[in-house]
Amino acid sequence: MASLRHERRIAADADTVWGVVRRPESIPEWFPGIVSCTVEGNLRVITTAIGLEIPEEILCNDDTLRRFAYRITAPQYSFHLGVIDVISIAPNDSLCVYSTTALPDTLAILIAGGTLGALGEIQRLAETPRVTS
Amino acid sequence: MSRRILFITTDQQRYDTLAVNGGTLSRTPVLDRLAGEGIRYERCQPTSVVCMPSRSSMLTGQFPSTHGAWMNGVPLAIDAPSVAESLHDAGYATALIGKAHFEPFMDPFGLYAENALAGLGIPTIEQEWFDGRRGVHRGFDYLEFATHGVMGALHYAKWMNDEHPDAIRGFYQVVDRDFNVNAAGGGDSDAPQVKYNPVPREWYHTDWVADRTIRWLEQQALDRDWFCWMSFPDPHHPWDPPKSETGRVPWRDVPLPVNYPESARERESLLDRKSRHWRAWYDGRVVSNYEAPAKWVPATMTADQVREVNALNAVEVELIDEAIGRVLASIERRGWGDDVDVVFTSDHGELQGDFGLLFKGPYHVDALMRLPLIWRPARSTGPAPSVVHAPVSLVSLAATFLEIAGEPVPNWVEGTALPANDEDASRRGFDATFTEWDSSIFGVDVHVRTVVTDAHVLTEYQPGTMHDGSEGELYDLADDPLQRVNRFDDPATASIRATLSERLAAHEDRPGDRATPGVLMAPV
Repeated sequence: MASLRHERRIAADADTVWGVVRRPESIPEWFPGIVSCTVEGNLRVITTAIGLEIPEEILCNDDTLRRFAYRITAPQYSFHLGVIDVISIAPNDSLCVYSTTALPDTLAILIAGGTLGALGEIQRLAETPRVTS
Repeated sequence: MSRRILFITTDQQRYDTLAVNGGTLSRTPVLDRLAGEGIRYERCQPTSVVCMPSRSSMLTGQFPSTHGAWMNGVPLAIDAPSVAESLHDAGYATALIGKAHFEPFMDPFGLYAENALAGLGIPTIEQEWFDGRRGVHRGFDYLEFATHGVMGALHYAKWMNDEHPDAIRGFYQVVDRDFNVNAAGGGDSDAPQVKYNPVPREWYHTDWVADRTIRWLEQQALDRDWFCWMSFPDPHHPWDPPKSETGRVPWRDVPLPVNYPESARERESLLDRKSRHWRAWYDGRVVSNYEAPAKWVPATMTADQVREVNALNAVEVELIDEAIGRVLASIERRGWGDDVDVVFTSDHGELQGDFGLLFKGPYHVDALMRLPLIWRPARSTGPAPSVVHAPVSLVSLAATFLEIAGEPVPNWVEGTALPANDEDASRRGFDATFTEWDSSIFGVDVHVRTVVTDAHVLTEYQPGTMHDGSEGELYDLADDPLQRVNRFDDPATASIRATLSERLAAHEDRPGDRATPGVLMAPV
């Protein structure tokens, strides 16, 4: 079992950062290499840029904790748990933590590699001022 | 019109596999002839003993601690400098055909161009360059990729899938169900990563790389300058060459390597004189490199398995030599024969049974660090054949290519152009080379720095999960060419160790800008 973690300090309120990730169907907007997804109840199927379809089960989507947890249910994985935590540090200052635990170990490295780019996109979206009319 | 450049690399080929370097298993007449006409280097070192950092050093002319791709699975930054860009700017047609591996091969999210081009059906893409401009991918305006076997999304795999799908099952399955490098045995001796492959020779990737190179060369105008990096995936494992060719080297007749003691007790005694991670790997307690099969224990390897692996390795080396011969013949037919510089080398070596080990890892001895390197300057320059004994490094290749092309060497290049002979080497201060290792995978951290001179090898292990920063190895290349006697703690060699340690410290503190170290994105 391999467990990896990436984190990013983001110059935005925690609620703003959480607003980027809290909708399960928003993942193609902030996870590089995920080009589309479908969501039915707590089941999500993502499609990657090379055409891989990966089924997932959403385990937790908690607005109070600002925690999103899910597991990949594809048969190649004996176990997977992905957790995104958004932690408030101060106004306009947050920490976003993306954890990956998986078996086989190799798959944990591959997924965690993708989460690093996701954190970059979450930061970009959260720090980009919204245009108001 | 300038001198054209054919840069030939193999993967994981050690110095002593060429006949001209004393090898006895393979016949390599083409490379032997090139060496006789040009410059043969007796002690060429890689900057790293794994693919991605070493290949990135060839492209950038920088050490891994400068270019930032510190281990397999850590991508070279897309805006890293590239000698191919400089040559492209100088008007050269630039091609890379075969194995690249500047970007991770395992890529489920399709993040890397190397894995995307075959699917897109295009020869290159535009990317941001290190100087802010946009241009063809890493400076190459033509790219056609292959790797070991037929997995993945590269051009060779796509070609095999499209043209010869029934032949795919004949290749060794490189990774297992857990996506680890496969430990499954094959062949007659049940050796890991061995299989007798029924694929016809002309469909195997060695001939495919040569065929594609010839095709690209034939597409170039006769008066065009070009830089072509022809990169063979072999003789890196898996050892699954076409079965039709394996009779060239009957494995039962292959002698055991001089550095493979048949007695387990002697092997273990040798390993116990080295840093602790040698014996730990041998016993199956630690694997610090993804490309050593996680489920394989070196102590279980038999003498027959060493023989069979080395026989198949030798077959692959012969096929490469013959493929190079075909490409050189095509260059002659085009009338370019006198105006082409040919440079041949490999990215790192292979243990091939030395000390009872196979594959590679943080083990800085000749098996992994001493490489074949041949530079046959264009015949029109009237090259004087020579043998260079001074230590040289692959970090010098980028500067060498620019010097051949008559282009200035940018200040981001750390290496200086290869010496033409020992006098030239002495005059320009070629007296030491440096090899780096940094790995952090599956909870095992290993950090190694090595300096090699014409007389000694000093390795220092920096703090990690296996070492506390006090361990090292010191070998005397004159008295102990097989690097069996570790003199790191020998009082008689204390002053040598101190002097070489200062060289390592100076390497660590060398001036120049460093890229932010990359992040491990995949195991390989």
